[in-house]
Amino acid sequence: MSVKLTASALAIAAVAATSAAARDQVQVAGSSTVLPYASIVAEAFGENTDFPTPVVESGGSSAGLKRFCQGVGTEHTDVANASRKIRDKEIKACAENGVTEIIEVRIGYDGIVFASQKDGPAYTAFTQSDIFNALAPKVMVDGKLVDNPYKQWSDFNADLPSEDILAFIPGTKHGTREVFEEKVVAAGCEATGAFEAMMAAGMSEDDAEDACLEVMSDGRAVDIDGDYTETLASIDANANGIGVFGLAFYENNTDKLKVATMAGVVPSTETIASAEYPVSRPLFFYVKKAHIGVVPGLKEYAQFFISDELAGPEGPLAQYGLVSDPELADTQGNVAAEGAMTN
Amino acid sequence: MTDASVTPTAAPKPNTSLHQTDARTRKRNAAEKRFKAYGIAAILVGVTFLVILAVSIIRSGLPAFTQTVISVPFTLTQEQFDDAESQLFKTKAYSGHFNSALVETLKAEGLEVSADAKAFERILGKTGGTLREFYAENPDKLGQEVDFELSASSRVDGYMNGRVTRENMEDSRFLEKADLDTVDALIEVGIIKEAFNWNFITGADSGVDNPGGAGIGASVVGSFFMMLVVLFLSLPIGVAASIYLEEFAPQNKFTDLIEVNISNLAAVPSIVFGILGLAVFIQFMHLPQSAPLVGGLVLTLMTLPTIIISTRASLKAVPPSIRDAALGVGASKMQAVFHHVLPLAMPGILTGTIIGLAQALGETAPLLLIGMVGFVARGYPDGFIAGFTEPNSAMPAQIYTWAARADVGFYEKAWGGIIILLLFLLTMNILAVILRRRFERRW
Repeated sequence: MSVKLTASALAIAAVAATSAAARDQVQVAGSSTVLPYASIVAEAFGENTDFPTPVVESGGSSAGLKRFCQGVGTEHTDVANASRKIRDKEIKACAENGVTEIIEVRIGYDGIVFASQKDGPAYTAFTQSDIFNALAPKVMVDGKLVDNPYKQWSDFNADLPSEDILAFIPGTKHGTREVFEEKVVAAGCEATGAFEAMMAAGMSEDDAEDACLEVMSDGRAVDIDGDYTETLASIDANANGIGVFGLAFYENNTDKLKVATMAGVVPSTETIASAEYPVSRPLFFYVKKAHIGVVPGLKEYAQFFISDELAGPEGPLAQYGLVSDPELADTQGNVAAEGAMTN
Repeated sequence: MTDASVTPTAAPKPNTSLHQTDARTRKRNAAEKRFKAYGIAAILVGVTFLVILAVSIIRSGLPAFTQTVISVPFTLTQEQFDDAESQLFKTKAYSGHFNSALVETLKAEGLEVSADAKAFERILGKTGGTLREFYAENPDKLGQEVDFELSASSRVDGYMNGRVTRENMEDSRFLEKADLDTVDALIEVGIIKEAFNWNFITGADSGVDNPGGAGIGASVVGSFFMMLVVLFLSLPIGVAASIYLEEFAPQNKFTDLIEVNISNLAAVPSIVFGILGLAVFIQFMHLPQSAPLVGGLVLTLMTLPTIIISTRASLKAVPPSIRDAALGVGASKMQAVFHHVLPLAMPGILTGTIIGLAQALGETAPLLLIGMVGFVARGYPDGFIAGFTEPNSAMPAQIYTWAARADVGFYEKAWGGIIILLLFLLTMNILAVILRRRFERRW
């Protein structure tokens, strides 16, 4: 028996030794918002080409870019999905590890919607100011900046239901959080005049911007670090809660959720494409140029992803909920030319 | 003042009888009865939760084992084949040809259905992949009529099993209410029907817009190769370590330290092993990402303490008289251990190993960081060695991935996956019980 065991241990060692060679599949990691689209493309890529199906991991934009920037070589990922633009400090971190040439690919736009239980309270119309008033630690009351006195939505907007404020918002590792802060909270901060009041109180512009983005930590704003399914489960359990979802997720769960308008606009692929709906953001993936030609199928995967057949308005990505990019042709040209970002 | 003078008159003995209980005895009996009742209540609570769990798992998971299919004969001509193959998005062209053929067939049969090809895109699932694969394998079937059973879309599947109703659905680009009339008509003539979903048991993962094509088979294979690695690494290492520690090692501070550390290791959260796996196996040793080999190595680290602890316990349980007798008739220490102690401890060791494996089989957290959780749809590995090195998922990782997807169809798949995973765990635990019952010796 011991002989057999030794033999099998040796066999495993041999396997380990031979496998250190180059891998043959594209390795992707990053945003959980881009993951559904990437998985649709990966499946189709495997079915339609002779390359193996790429492996797409989730984990959030920041985590994906961090792994992407760890270095060049097949032990590192080839593509990072992101629901926001890569930051300067991430580009710097990349460069320090030898990842100098990065191709940025914008795949389309995604809307962020506020939804609540289908049979719950009538949260049907929000403005950015409502969300800011509900969640910010300091708000404007009668022209003065004071500690947030509001407990219920109706306290500051009589059109909203008299329900305790409870919001499930994306956690900080998600790219969605940044969009939520920029397009909703910060916009509300400016619209209510809180931003000006902060500046008038002697804050520098940067400090005031940061202060605008803060949310209350008394439990009314709950960070969700997992996927939208976790937000959905929280909404299921809390009738008075509102949640932040991607448009595609909401559209897949219309039997459980109802969506609220933002500043009077109903979120849909049409209103997002026309930029009427204010809370949308571009989705990206980033390709490590040094891996093109090393990892088989990498460039083909990038080109396949943004082809008209897939990312165009009639393709499966739009069918699933992506708002296709009107400037897709430019992106296609850039990927074909392997144009890296310039800094 | 002698002792005798103070000899107390013995207190009159109370009238006791075993047939007549006094207050004290009654109290004690009542306490015992209450305790028994608590015990039974505790068991009942446990059983109730178990039943609730089992019922909810089975109720939510059973729909995963059936799939609504559209069964029609279809002929793909050589021209259509060439046309589809010349395009970038070939599979879409295949489904396009299928859809238009379907509309023609239905018209020819005189069915009152919407002739809108878009409607059939909504009713049918993603059929292109299946079609392209079929014609790639059977080029001789071109131009011939073939009976296909292709999966319907997730919404139509939900309509068949009651998840989607006319009341709770809204018109969307996924399905419109009017499409349900077409579906009803097709059910009537038996073109749309429920079938057992073999693909769920044998297939691989599919894209988020294609729950009908998702299967757990490939990840079962991934789990199998990981368990092979765990078994063949952790069993010999674990058993050798425990035999040395238990039978040969001197008792000193150093071995004490090792013992404490092994117990500590057993309590380390499993995600820690995942971080270690990413840093050591992938980034330092350059082993492939997302491979069952790395998953197995990580799980081996996690399982080793369990195996060492259970092996040492079963070695301890062998009475010293066995060792003494062997040494007494002149066996060397090693002979005594390998010929007499180890065989007697084997049932306990195997039980511990199987339980350790079952635990490793259900672990997701260590796999999160080594790339086995996510969209891994490579299908079956080609060959035995490739089974270790090609990217694959594992059962719990696959379940976790499905549970996070937006389409409710995947939620059913996740529960179905749980049923399959539980079946494996149940089998392994039963095996452990049988081994223990059969071979364990008591002294």
